[in-house]
Amino acid sequence: MSLFNVFSIAGSAMLAQSQRLNVVASNLANANSTTSSTGQPYRARQVVFSAMPVGQSAGAVGVRVAKIVEDPTPMKMVYDPGNPLANAKGYVAMPNVNPVEEMTNMISASRSYQNDVDMMNTAKTLLLKTLSLGQ
Amino acid sequence: MTTQLDEKLRFMVSDLDLRAYRQQLLSSNIANADTPNYKAKDIDFAAELHRIQQGGTSRLKLEATSPRHLPALAANPLAVRVRYRQPIQPSIDGNTVDMDVERGQFTDNAIHYQFVVDRVNGFFRTMLTAIKGQ
Repeated sequence: MSLFNVFSIAGSAMLAQSQRLNVVASNLANANSTTSSTGQPYRARQVVFSAMPVGQSAGAVGVRVAKIVEDPTPMKMVYDPGNPLANAKGYVAMPNVNPVEEMTNMISASRSYQNDVDMMNTAKTLLLKTLSLGQ
Repeated sequence: MTTQLDEKLRFMVSDLDLRAYRQQLLSSNIANADTPNYKAKDIDFAAELHRIQQGGTSRLKLEATSPRHLPALAANPLAVRVRYRQPIQPSIDGNTVDMDVERGQFTDNAIHYQFVVDRVNGFFRTMLTAIKGQ
């Protein structure tokens, strides 16, 4: 029954979107982390989605997070000579997190998540209707 | 008489099958709205239903000359032709999912599915009335 695949598809998409939301949260939380376990300032991270076949049926394509990449853009240099992490010229390397980008990313992820929930609800309604056949 | 009933029921059942398959395709599209390079897919519903009605499954079967051969599992049991949607405004990352179109088609397909389920129920009710002769 193809309709059952909708649950797997929507479920995988919800999982991927929630991972994206997690990454956004850690980016925003670490927007001012000038140091980390590696000794370097925090680098913004982004998820990379990829399509993934679900079940036996052709055409049922879910989503998975293929990898999480670090943003290669240079760090923001902020003049703050009083900071213990400042370099010889008095500049501190701040994380390359762009809060505006992260906020839009967050809205997009939450909208996609809502779409997936809606999709699951529709599939449930259809299956329940099918179950009531002949009654 | 029985053949006629069978025919009518078969039509509705193949319609439901095709609708369920399409629902799954459309939900794949919506799920992959943010996947780079994903191309939205759909079927020509009217043409496929017509083809199934004509009895033309035209399915390529894998010949098994020994019982120990692996059966070719039908990944696409209805043998429908899945096509890529014409992109209206593709994204820069190569994704061609247009959320408005997909959501519209998704709802449309769901309502049609419910309609046919309702018609099957009505068909059964009609038959029961005829049998009881009230």
